[in-house]
Amino acid sequence: MQAQEPLTILIAEDSAADRLLLSTIVRRQGHQVLTAANGAEAVETFKEQQPDLVLMDALMPVMDGFEAARRIKALAGEALVPIIFLTSLTESEALARCLEAGGDDFLAKPYNQVILAAKIKAMDRLRRLQATVLQQRDLIARHHDYLLNEQRVAKAVFDKVAHSGCLSAPNIRYLQSPYALFNGDLLLAAYTPAGDMHVMLGDFTGHGLPAAVGAMPLAEVFYGMTAKGYGLAETLREMNAKLKRILPVDMFCCATLLSLSFQSRSVEVWNGGMPDGYLHRMASGERVPLPARHLPLGILSAQAFDDRTDVYPMAVDDRVFLLSDGVIDTCDANDQLFGVERLQQVFAANREPDRLFEDIEQALRDFRGQARDDVSMVEVSLLESAQAHGAAPVYSDSGQSCPLDWSASFEFRGATLRRFNPLPFLLQLLLEVHGLRAQSGALYSVLAELYSNGLEHGVLGLDSSLKRDAAGFARYYEMRAARLEALQDGYVRVHLQVQPQGEGGRLVIRVEDSGKGFDVARLMERPVDNVRLSGRGISLVRQLGRNASWSDQGRSASVEFFWEIEA
Amino acid sequence: MTDTHVDREVLDTLREVMEDGYTELLETFLADSQSRLHELQDSTSVKALSDVAHSFKGSASNMGAVRLAELCQDLESNAKDKSPEALAQLVADIHSEFAEVRPVYESEKHHAHIH
Repeated sequence: MQAQEPLTILIAEDSAADRLLLSTIVRRQGHQVLTAANGAEAVETFKEQQPDLVLMDALMPVMDGFEAARRIKALAGEALVPIIFLTSLTESEALARCLEAGGDDFLAKPYNQVILAAKIKAMDRLRRLQATVLQQRDLIARHHDYLLNEQRVAKAVFDKVAHSGCLSAPNIRYLQSPYALFNGDLLLAAYTPAGDMHVMLGDFTGHGLPAAVGAMPLAEVFYGMTAKGYGLAETLREMNAKLKRILPVDMFCCATLLSLSFQSRSVEVWNGGMPDGYLHRMASGERVPLPARHLPLGILSAQAFDDRTDVYPMAVDDRVFLLSDGVIDTCDANDQLFGVERLQQVFAANREPDRLFEDIEQALRDFRGQARDDVSMVEVSLLESAQAHGAAPVYSDSGQSCPLDWSASFEFRGATLRRFNPLPFLLQLLLEVHGLRAQSGALYSVLAELYSNGLEHGVLGLDSSLKRDAAGFARYYEMRAARLEALQDGYVRVHLQVQPQGEGGRLVIRVEDSGKGFDVARLMERPVDNVRLSGRGISLVRQLGRNASWSDQGRSASVEFFWEIEA
Repeated sequence: MTDTHVDREVLDTLREVMEDGYTELLETFLADSQSRLHELQDSTSVKALSDVAHSFKGSASNMGAVRLAELCQDLESNAKDKSPEALAQLVADIHSEFAEVRPVYESEKHHAHIH
């Protein structure tokens, strides 16, 4: 007989001779024996001593073996306590009753030692297997709880990062599962220093923590650079480089980025690998697709990365709609995709624009028969300029080393103008002057306006009157990209002068360009308004700054900012 | 004669398995059988008769009382189909079969004591 770990075996048998015989056999096989003369005794003994295995006679007085087996199985719960019925029953119906009552095997009389030993061994194997399965199930459950807890923590950390943005702004509506992060979906929005807004909908390859891990640095870059005044192009380049550096080869991030300019009523779009977004023009009902023109973030090297964007004019009522691939990749029972066509049918059938999300969700439910939790949608519109508020930046320095009397001049030439955006750097420099910090939004808006005037109308010689209609708008930005790419000569100079004045101080900004200039007098005649597609942003500069003036036939612009010392 | 009633090989195995407990097993079987016979005699229902026969058959087969086990099997399986006279006859047959084999177990007992 092979060595086997001794078991405690309960023998329930009413015949004294059989009980004695069986006890002796089982004991000789190395096991510990408990005995019972009827079913009721068997159940009691089981409760008290929890044997590993039961040998049970079927027909016994007081309580028969069937009932005793049922009770013992119930008492054992999830653990497997094998019950071998001792029976000389021959009718198949009676044998079936043994199995129904929870019996695991039979042993016929007269007893055969070899067969009994083999059966005990087989049942013990089964019993251990079940114990292992239970143990592993509990282990998996513990790991699962652990994983969920990790996800909760990761989500809490991430929410702190993600919610530093402005997703709650009145011009944003979105729909996202609270655990979208772990589906790889990412939605971010933030104000620029000028009060414009950047929005990003991203979709990482992969699920779970790996996707969430990539989202963290991406969000940091997005918020950090947007807050410093970087445009989409610089932000995209940085995001791409960062993801390329940190993500494994098979991981990347599809993304659509928007820059909504409330001032110039336009939206700048970069779509890398996401489904088409749509610009819904309310006046005409037209939906202009915003297709992917680029590879996702994190694939191309910094040199090969293409940060070119498309710019579209927007009316205040117009909406930009973005969605994750969870929408069009939804499958029905026959593996048919929901697809773009069905989405467009939902668009066509949509009567209330505010119920578009609900209509899409309903269509997905109708199509698939159930809702799914990895669908992200966002819809943004323009804010009236007056509604836009950049978050007030928080400064941590004491102000003791604040510079109050200085000037600096910069000249940005040819190749630099093509790729470098000096505005964040200039703004940061100016915000070293504490007195200017309260006006950082206005300061940035004016700097941005003067710089882009100098670059676009001056150096690149673009005519702003092109932007009067949507077609011209598109043409304008095509020409801008083409001329910038070909740019060799030319410059934009920025002179900054800070002087103490009384209790406060004064900043003079002068921006010069190498362009042809323009008819200053004619432009200055126009009333100061803020509804425009074109017009060199001059009214903006005049509204936000003081003593705005143009000289050298429009090639040189000057504007001043003043501050009083705080009490 | 005894070979058709008691399987000697079974007894050999039992002796080997039980070692010192062999005598006790024989005594237990004889006492147990005695009370089964009483129960058969006292049974008032066909079902009770059949149940006692079932138990008796089990221990008889374990003890190698082949013919006794067969008679019990017949009673257990066919009790409900037999006439009262036939049942009485079968119970009487079981009695006499036990009387037949009893000396075999008794002598086994003595034999074991001698060793």
